[in-house]
Amino acid sequence: MRTGGEHMSNPEDCELKGGASEESEIVHNDTGITRREFIIAGTATVAATMLPTLAYGQTPQQPKLVQPQMAKVALKVNGTSHELELDTRTTLLDALREHLRLTGSKKGCDQGQCGACTVIVNGRRINSCLTLAAMHQGDSVTTIEGLGTPDNLHPMQQAFVKCDGYQCGYCTAGQICSAVAMLNEIKAGIPSHAMADITAQPKLTGAELRERMSGNICRCGAYSNIAEAITEIAGRTV
Amino acid sequence: MKFDKPATDNPIDQLKVVGKPVDRVDGRLKTTGTAPYAYERHDVVPNQAYGYIVGSAISKGRIVSMDLTAAKAAPGVLAIVTAKNAGKLGKGNFNTAPLLGGPEISHYHQAIGVVVAETFEQARAAANLVRVEYKRTKGAFDLEAMKDKAEPAKSIAGGGTSDSKVGDFAKGFANAPVQFDATYRTAYESHCMMEPHATIASWQDDQLTFWTSNQMIAWAVGDMAETLGIPKEKVRAISPFIGGGFGGKLFLRADALMAALGARAARRPVKVTLQRALMPNNTTHRAATIQRVRIGATKDGKITAIAHESWSGDQPGGKPETAAMQTRSLYAGADRMTAHRLAVLDLPEANAMRAPGEAPGLAVLEIVMDEMAEKLGMDPIEFRILNDTQVVPDNPSKPQSSDPQSKKPEQQTKHIPHPPFSKRQLVECLRLGAKRFGWEKRNPQPAKVRDGKWLVGIGVAAAFRDNLLTKSAARVRLDKRGVVTVETDMTDIGTGSYTIIAQTAAEMMGVPLDKVVVRLGDSSFPVSCGSGGQWGGNNSTAGVYSACVKLRQAVEEKLGLEAGQGVFADGHVRSGSRNVSLAEAAGDQGLVAEDFIEYGDLDKQFHQSTFGAHFVEVAVDSFTGETRVRRMLAVCACGRILNPKTARSQVIGAMTMGVGAALMEELAVDKRIGYFVNHDLATYEVPVHADLPPQEVIFLDETDPISSPMKAKGVAELGICGVAAAVANAIYNATGIRVRNYPITLDKLIDRLPEPA
Repeated sequence: MRTGGEHMSNPEDCELKGGASEESEIVHNDTGITRREFIIAGTATVAATMLPTLAYGQTPQQPKLVQPQMAKVALKVNGTSHELELDTRTTLLDALREHLRLTGSKKGCDQGQCGACTVIVNGRRINSCLTLAAMHQGDSVTTIEGLGTPDNLHPMQQAFVKCDGYQCGYCTAGQICSAVAMLNEIKAGIPSHAMADITAQPKLTGAELRERMSGNICRCGAYSNIAEAITEIAGRTV
Repeated sequence: MKFDKPATDNPIDQLKVVGKPVDRVDGRLKTTGTAPYAYERHDVVPNQAYGYIVGSAISKGRIVSMDLTAAKAAPGVLAIVTAKNAGKLGKGNFNTAPLLGGPEISHYHQAIGVVVAETFEQARAAANLVRVEYKRTKGAFDLEAMKDKAEPAKSIAGGGTSDSKVGDFAKGFANAPVQFDATYRTAYESHCMMEPHATIASWQDDQLTFWTSNQMIAWAVGDMAETLGIPKEKVRAISPFIGGGFGGKLFLRADALMAALGARAARRPVKVTLQRALMPNNTTHRAATIQRVRIGATKDGKITAIAHESWSGDQPGGKPETAAMQTRSLYAGADRMTAHRLAVLDLPEANAMRAPGEAPGLAVLEIVMDEMAEKLGMDPIEFRILNDTQVVPDNPSKPQSSDPQSKKPEQQTKHIPHPPFSKRQLVECLRLGAKRFGWEKRNPQPAKVRDGKWLVGIGVAAAFRDNLLTKSAARVRLDKRGVVTVETDMTDIGTGSYTIIAQTAAEMMGVPLDKVVVRLGDSSFPVSCGSGGQWGGNNSTAGVYSACVKLRQAVEEKLGLEAGQGVFADGHVRSGSRNVSLAEAAGDQGLVAEDFIEYGDLDKQFHQSTFGAHFVEVAVDSFTGETRVRRMLAVCACGRILNPKTARSQVIGAMTMGVGAALMEELAVDKRIGYFVNHDLATYEVPVHADLPPQEVIFLDETDPISSPMKAKGVAELGICGVAAAVANAIYNATGIRVRNYPITLDKLIDRLPEPA
């Protein structure tokens, strides 16, 4: 099951037991299925997962309109303290991009599937699209802008430039934040799937690096160069 | 400048800057998150509102009713635009289905509305309150079922012919001592570029400006004007950074149109990003194909007859995937035919994805070559080399236009039935690659090499992709600081356009790279070739070359130097005893020149293509059938390499996408209701770090003076052509299992694997 309500008007994945065999049928966009299909499918497969508030066979009722709930959120971003008044539905990513206008962190999917939004929160890398800003009261966030600037690049940023570890650049901030935090995870002895013995101290092998970076998709396919860039930095710091 | 004779020596040949593996000039911006992408332009207009797109929940039919009451009343909502209140809309020249559906629905997740609100959260919540009732009608969603109803394609991308024939294939094949005939399938694929389609639109009176993410600025402007029914002079598109495209951003898409409509309705600038989960069904995809290939050969391996037929589907009025096209040019053989058949489907719109035609075409043809070599008892490399050709065997009298924009007037050139290639080093690529990859160690007997639980194999495939020529313009300014500024509406979709254009201008004007500023992706700049079809690098730099030639003339003229005698180097121009800095030459007023490259008929006299060879080693788990790619090598012959660093990146990236096509990428069709089920990045699998080994790329030292003054050709798509087949052939070599149905997932291997050792 994927995140949140954004699929509710197009719950594309609901299992259909019926079929589009009739010439024309009435369909509602809540499910993309017909009444007949819904009845056949039954509550076990559809209603429980897809229709928390609305069931067919009833007249759709207009949901009660609720004013946005606002919350004060204190964040320390790249060393600077911010006090934000946010709609509680605001993700950490949108707080950064839309409210603080730190657009270096990217929204590639808004579903926690691509890694483009990776930022470092209290030292750990997370997908900032999968967490609400209000859950980070008092947290310390490092974004790509906090690692370095065009005139003063972080060593990892330098290595990406040198190794051409990017093409379109849209996954790059996430890759770099992820890489910086990943090297620290290895230092800290956090195990991974690539390790034969998870109680051993991890080493930065090619397989280890690739496994640990696999949450960051690069559709341009710069993986080979990204791995080279990270290895170069790891050689200096690990 | 008209390019109608082969290039002779010119300032690019100095190779002081061009040809060097310099770091990207935009690298510091991209690595620090300061390169501004479309949705991030807080700086360009104040008071931006947020739009959220509602997609159709049916594939074909009509909207019966839309109840917007709750959505309109939701907090923060400023406007809702649907087909009902959008006003009369046209359809862009490059769109097959309308971008805004309703009441008629053309495909699943077609945009049917945009909800505009003060915040993103409010727009999203309100969009979920839109109630739609549809009347669904029966559609055609199954290519297999529609195959026999498919017809010769009336319209082919680039304007070529659907079918071709030379000699008598049926007779040639019947008489061939060795025959091969098999049918293959390639999957529906999604571009899945990392940046979703996104746009900020702003109206000032009747003037629309949109900051967007688009590969072809002039097409986007033209189609926005066409769709809105306004003059294109009233439309400006700006797209300096593009988070990937691969063909998926060649055209105006719903994000841009809905932002423009939303902004008009809300009387405020509106920003819209296409939700990731809408992208595969809302936008374009690579069509699936069914391909039948037949080859007849002599016992010693000479191809005498070859036929390639391809079936694909698209929306009404669409075009076929031209998967048989390369078979007209790649291998010799006297009796031959190709055919493309197009079925009308009600799935979302099919269109170009990286190397349209060749990527799925070679994914099949190059397995066929492997299978046929085995049948002949030949080495697959030797079989390919034996059937190499230095002329085009099948050049229909109405050849595919080399102008991707198909705007070049038909030329009255005599039809050449077998034009020579301008340069063709396929054999050299295969031979060098074989040596570097250790081909001689390959066991031609499949399923014989084991490494613990792994079955290990290597495979090869030829790479081939045409080099397309199209007009491209640029403006070049020289200022009193001696800085050269290039302006063109060319785009950089990750290809490195900023960098190679800067290198071109630096070389031409004799200035260091840090004295060049490149400004791209703005429709107020001269119209370039844009990015697509691997035509961007060669044509856009040739356009900049042309503008720089004019700027050099302007400098000489201003200084009273003899035309064409100036030596531009080290920021100075020298002629005779005079040596003047460019800064001084420019003076307070500066100098500006604008020109374009356009092409004569050299591409009719010579067929222009790029060539390569892909080598892949895989290991297949003998228990589970899981395939891991262990090594990859590409050897490419594609003209002058303007920047080996960025060109190599293009090739490794394309190889990566080829691995995806071979092993995992497939949009699964729900044939009952007609949509791509796995429409996000979790369920549509693309290669990740763990899927790729270190990759190696070799460029042959080559220049092609027939192509352009740059003597360069395309690179970016050659890199994907043939990769999938090389993987498939390696899997066969490892396991002895032929899979003719992409992607080669473990379920297609597991019941046929050799016994674990």
